[in-house]
Amino acid sequence: MNHIRNFSIIAHIDHGKSTLADRLIQITGVVDARNFQDQILDNMDIERERGITIKSQAIALPYRAADGRDYTLNLIDTPGHVDFTYEVSRSLASCEGVLLLVDAAQGVQAQTLANLYLALENDLAIIPVINKIDLPSADIERVKEQIDAELGLDPETAILCSAKEGTGIEEILEAVVRQIPPPVGDPEAPLAALIFDAKYDAFRGTVIHCRLFAGTLKAGDVIRFHYNDATYRVEEVGRFRLQREKADALRAGEVGYIIAGVKTVSDVRTGDTITHESRPCAAPLPGFKEIKPVVFASIYPIASDDYEDLAVSLEKYKLNDGSFVYEKDSSAALGQGFRCGFLGLLHLDVVQERLEREYDLSIILSVPSVRYHFILKDGASAWVDNPMHYPDPVSVVKSEEPYIRAAMMLPDRYLGAVMKLCMEKRGVNSQMNYLSPGRVELTYEMPLSDVIYDFYDRFKSVTQGYGSFDYDLIDYRESNLVLLDILVNGEKVDALSQIVHRDRARARGVQACDRLKDEIPRQMFKIAIQGAIGGEIVSRSTISAFRKDVTAKCYGGDITRKRKLLEKQKKGKKRMKMIGNVSIPQSAFLAVLKSDTD
Amino acid sequence: MNTENLPGLYLHIPFCRSKCAYCGFYSRTDISRIPDFLKGLRAEMALYRKAFPRFDTVYLGGGTPSVLETPHLEAVLDTVRRHFVIADGAEITVEINPGDLTAEALRTLRALGVNRLTLGCQSFDDAVLAFLGRRHTAGQGRDAILAARAAGFDHLGLDLIYGLPAPGGDPGATFRGWLTTLRTALSFQPEHLSCYQLTLEADTPLAATLALSPLSLPDDDLSARYFLTTSERLEAAGYRHYEVSNFARDDDHRARHNRKYWDHTPYLGLGPAAHSFDGARRWWNPRDLDAWVGALREGVRPIAGEETLTRDQQRLEALFLGLRTREGIDIRAFRRRYGLDLRAERGNEIGQLAAAGLVRSDGGRVSPTRRGLACADFLARFLS
Repeated sequence: MNHIRNFSIIAHIDHGKSTLADRLIQITGVVDARNFQDQILDNMDIERERGITIKSQAIALPYRAADGRDYTLNLIDTPGHVDFTYEVSRSLASCEGVLLLVDAAQGVQAQTLANLYLALENDLAIIPVINKIDLPSADIERVKEQIDAELGLDPETAILCSAKEGTGIEEILEAVVRQIPPPVGDPEAPLAALIFDAKYDAFRGTVIHCRLFAGTLKAGDVIRFHYNDATYRVEEVGRFRLQREKADALRAGEVGYIIAGVKTVSDVRTGDTITHESRPCAAPLPGFKEIKPVVFASIYPIASDDYEDLAVSLEKYKLNDGSFVYEKDSSAALGQGFRCGFLGLLHLDVVQERLEREYDLSIILSVPSVRYHFILKDGASAWVDNPMHYPDPVSVVKSEEPYIRAAMMLPDRYLGAVMKLCMEKRGVNSQMNYLSPGRVELTYEMPLSDVIYDFYDRFKSVTQGYGSFDYDLIDYRESNLVLLDILVNGEKVDALSQIVHRDRARARGVQACDRLKDEIPRQMFKIAIQGAIGGEIVSRSTISAFRKDVTAKCYGGDITRKRKLLEKQKKGKKRMKMIGNVSIPQSAFLAVLKSDTD
Repeated sequence: MNTENLPGLYLHIPFCRSKCAYCGFYSRTDISRIPDFLKGLRAEMALYRKAFPRFDTVYLGGGTPSVLETPHLEAVLDTVRRHFVIADGAEITVEINPGDLTAEALRTLRALGVNRLTLGCQSFDDAVLAFLGRRHTAGQGRDAILAARAAGFDHLGLDLIYGLPAPGGDPGATFRGWLTTLRTALSFQPEHLSCYQLTLEADTPLAATLALSPLSLPDDDLSARYFLTTSERLEAAGYRHYEVSNFARDDDHRARHNRKYWDHTPYLGLGPAAHSFDGARRWWNPRDLDAWVGALREGVRPIAGEETLTRDQQRLEALFLGLRTREGIDIRAFRRRYGLDLRAERGNEIGQLAAAGLVRSDGGRVSPTRRGLACADFLARFLS
């Protein structure tokens, strides 16, 4: 066990985590330069394009250290976005140490701090690494001061690195060997394995990624999931290279995979403990939480003929994303669809994009919502995440909405603008803490519904990109809610309805009408867009009919060109949804969530 | 004169004395190449005389046909008659630029059997003509009309352009300027008027200029106002707005050649960049004089590209072309020819368009109203 190191890289988004992982993989010779594709761990297109890791991955790096001994360094990659904090925490729980990566130009950011706290909670060895020292704007001294003042770590231990240029990589590997302790655990004790991820494999079913804390596991063993007491017979165990590598057994301290005939990823819970059916461990490993979706939206096919395709695609997608949930739903305006739950707006974006890209579907998403809680007159309690199921207002005694604690870090010159934004978003109980001269950590308690409503974009904009943001769900608080409906030419479009705070309702109605006016193209008749609460119209906008849509000349030489243009436009037409006789583009549904200031 | 179904012959004369700022048609200014071109044209005619023996319209367009000297024009028309049968009473049109031809040249054209002229006046405002990069003045435009009348032309068409950017930031003044041009045009009582909204063609000097300037073309509402006002004024003056951009004094003075494009009648286009259509197949010549000449030297048809229309494509074309005309689409004829019963398959859509006041649907036809013509492209998209 002394030759094993389990570690992770943690960083704020875009601080170069995936690039560093690539270099570590490359230098340890797991993959030769010829077959090297940048950012191997981010192996979904979307991840590569957005530069973020959505699902974590793991890989074992063979390394001969300066002491002449061979080590196996298990690198466990973590998702890099605030929506996936829990998954990060489970990956970290599988490690003994972390590389805490800080961008030499941007310095310490909110997620750096949030990740550091996670690492401290798990009692991990922390190796600070200053990355991107090749950048002209790199300011190593300033970042060292921040590491000292804001992170409370010894700046002199920080390794200077440019993952892009490959400098500092050897030092990092040596530090991993010397500073991160080897795992401990008794291979003879009852089995306790922590699930930190799961992937779907079309041939083998679910591949469970786990860290063994105690015991030994081999093919043929019968295992039990602590969460639901489900039992499975293990078909195969192994370790991670670039591909899976079958092994005779996994022992305490090791990181590896289990294939045990588990049908879908949803049958597995990240953070759950696996033990032997015949000789269970006394207690599960700590820290398990069942993560629940916090943002909800309905998905409809643009063409109702595509409903079956959508159903099949969601089923396939779900195989690999245990945090995504969905059920059947139907809308008067949009027809048959599915109500889906997401960990956050980014998760929603990712799902939407993957459905469109990988499954070639044209879909419409209803306005995202959080889950509200209502106490009704008859004493019943109702959880509502879909505005279509808003209870009859006269029956509601009390309504509640979820709150988060937002942690933001920013240069103090933006403090005024950010506080104004937070107050606009109904933020309360602010706390401020100077991390170092000029830099503050600001926390607010805010309703989640206001955070999903364009908060992140506006935060980025008012801090000119220098602010960073992280959040935790804290509790439900009493609120005064109303249902805002949108009518298009007098017809209610249920997929555009929103549950909003009464004080904000009118403003949100005005904004929704304005946004829709921008998004819905002119049509052959005038379109009235109205916002309504109960029966009362609170806002309205009008899209006048188009009046001119014809090319002036169409003679012999123009006809082919003109026809091709029409053929192209006909395809575009499919991305519009007919509601009554109004065609509404896909973009309109999400645009309602954005304000005019974007 | 029941010759409507014979094909039409189009000759593209790819020369101009200078290029206009807005024009995207193929032409070149080195008129020294005219002899090569004429030789090529003869060769091309020879290659098509069997496939297209008879025509009842001939149209010389460009470019600028009137850059050709009278003997050249004479030679062209003579060659046409030697290679093809031109039906009795055929419409023979030549596009003329004001300032190009003398009164005598015009009389010669008349004697050669040309019975229709279209004059590229474009505007009767010198500032507008300068903006468009036209070589002639408003005065030359007026003189050309009088000269054509004097030469005996009783079927005269004027080409005009509207919807220019407002240089002084006063779109109202530009709009009133257009109405003045229109009144001037009407004072000559032309048999035909083509009023084109200025369109930005890619790779033209105007497109480049506007890309760098604060000037912009009229928006949707102002464009509509130009279109509808033009239509109202001309119809009040007794013209029939029979196609999106075309107006005729009466049904007999509609452009017979152009109508072939709109009802899928075959046409043969000769000269660089010209397009041809035989009822199902469409092909086009290279947009390059040298390539065109080169092919003909080798005795092959100078074809740069071709396509054979599928049933769906024919239908789509028939739909958008038909909906550009005031007559619109004859539902029974459409079903016979393109196998789609619009009333059965698009009844609901036609009803919506009728309710919005964009088409009339009676007497077995779907016909755009004036407002419908203003958005004929939309009508086609909606019904396709």
